[in-house]
Amino acid sequence: MKFLNDKAIERLRGSSIPDLSGTRYALRELIARGGMGVVYAAEDEKLHRRVALKVLDTAGTNAELTQRLIREARILAQLEHPGIVPVHDVGTLPDGRVFYTMKFVEGLRLDEYIKQLDSIPQRLRLFLRICDAAAFAHARGVLHRDLKPANVMVGSFGEVLVMDWGLAKILQEPTAAEETVVVSSQKKISSEEETQATVVTGHGTVMGTPGYMSPEQERGETEQIDARSDIFSLGALLKFVAASSQDRSERLPRALQAICAKATAKEPERRYESVSEFAADVSRHLDGLPVSAYSENVFEKLARFYKRHQIAILLITAYLVTRFLVLYFFHR
Amino acid sequence: MNAPGESFPVTRLSVVAAARSNDAAERSLALEILFAAYWKPIYKYLRLKYAQAPQDAQDLTQGFFAELLERGLLAKFDAAKSRLRTYLRLCADSFALNEIKAASRKKRGGDVTHVALDFSTAEEELRTQAIDPASIPSPESLEDFFEKEWIRSLFSSAVAELRKLCEVRGKQKAFLLFETYDLDGEQNISYADLATQHGLPVTDVNNQMAWARREFRRIAMEQLHTLCGSEEEFAREARALFGETPK
Repeated sequence: MKFLNDKAIERLRGSSIPDLSGTRYALRELIARGGMGVVYAAEDEKLHRRVALKVLDTAGTNAELTQRLIREARILAQLEHPGIVPVHDVGTLPDGRVFYTMKFVEGLRLDEYIKQLDSIPQRLRLFLRICDAAAFAHARGVLHRDLKPANVMVGSFGEVLVMDWGLAKILQEPTAAEETVVVSSQKKISSEEETQATVVTGHGTVMGTPGYMSPEQERGETEQIDARSDIFSLGALLKFVAASSQDRSERLPRALQAICAKATAKEPERRYESVSEFAADVSRHLDGLPVSAYSENVFEKLARFYKRHQIAILLITAYLVTRFLVLYFFHR
Repeated sequence: MNAPGESFPVTRLSVVAAARSNDAAERSLALEILFAAYWKPIYKYLRLKYAQAPQDAQDLTQGFFAELLERGLLAKFDAAKSRLRTYLRLCADSFALNEIKAASRKKRGGDVTHVALDFSTAEEELRTQAIDPASIPSPESLEDFFEKEWIRSLFSSAVAELRKLCEVRGKQKAFLLFETYDLDGEQNISYADLATQHGLPVTDVNNQMAWARREFRRIAMEQLHTLCGSEEEFAREARALFGETPK
């Protein structure tokens, strides 16, 4: 039997711990482990700042996953938006594993943060910021495909960031300027790798999270997936955000229920056409305006009208009552 | 039957369950497994801790395993009280102390059939590790030393199994890459260097290394499972060894 020296034993024991020697980063601690890779907190020793470093787990290292990680980094690099976690750098470890670094978000996951918000309007305003990020990505031809509370972080200053774009799908081909991205000083990713990466999430592959995944996504009909699939996930997210606030016995307003129902309709054609349209309905509900998803009866219209113009109605009523009393006593 | 100490025998039971079996063949297999996994750690431990000459340490090691069988010590192991590894080390300590005190080498060697173990390799390894058997480290560091030697023994046997697997499946190249990078590992070698050395695309190196590591870990986990006294111990050991909870 071969004699294994101490170094070999350490390597075999801890081979999943990335060796960052030769990079500008120093490993700090493990933040999260997902299906595709592991996220560590690391220190950028040149800029003296903390970053989040995502790298494939050794056990799962293969060409397909490598392509997916590269692709995720490239997608993030194209999506410069305050609601999308920014990518800083992409590189290769000495063992060949690709990694990328992104902003280290100090804060809470949405499912934890939401407990701090009591009122529905506060929660809906937060939800609208998630919609902003999704709408921006859609405008750039990118679908997230895994929108759920665990993939949204709220930073310590209230900034909302959509994370984990590992399952994202590109609807549009990148422009010529986006064809090549520098991975490390030595290595470049070609458009051929991009094509392979698309195969990774190709036909028949079921990816997503049950409960937040659209029916067409659950069926693995990847060709059918478009922006309305993300709208389904956002609808499920809206239900979570609005309902978890509440005293369970209290029902959600009917208009809000209808918005959720429309967004999570089984058939994609019955959902909102775009995230902007969906967000506009939520905003209208917040402002006390009628929403496209719900036809009100006359009493509901009056109730909403009263709620929206409560102070003016009270002032006018007070004025009319006073006027009536003055006239009544004057003519007596 | 495999040559003792050369490879890890296959059993569907844990070593403790096999030792308690009514089937003599299972009990014999349990001892064989223990030989494979523990003879080197025990030998090196006894050699260093009791400052024994090589021949005396060899006799003690042989005698200890014989006593394990004769006195049914494995059947007395209680997984709730300690790890199997700690139990074996304490048994070896107790045995060695008694033997050294009685100075009865003849008795120990007399009735026992010695198993052919390659003690010269163990001696060579001690020299490679630059450990001077004459200098006796502290008891704590000896316990650590025993732990480390046990891991080395487990991994060495897993590597041997991996080599066999690679040969059976015609994946000698994967083993060669694994050996070059993970076992012999030069400090700054990269996958790109390996690819150049072996005339392969980097993606091939990546895939073959991933496969070899995955198989190595699977084999090591299986052997660890066999060597643990209980599922709880296995879970603890797996976490300590690889930082992961077994599925």
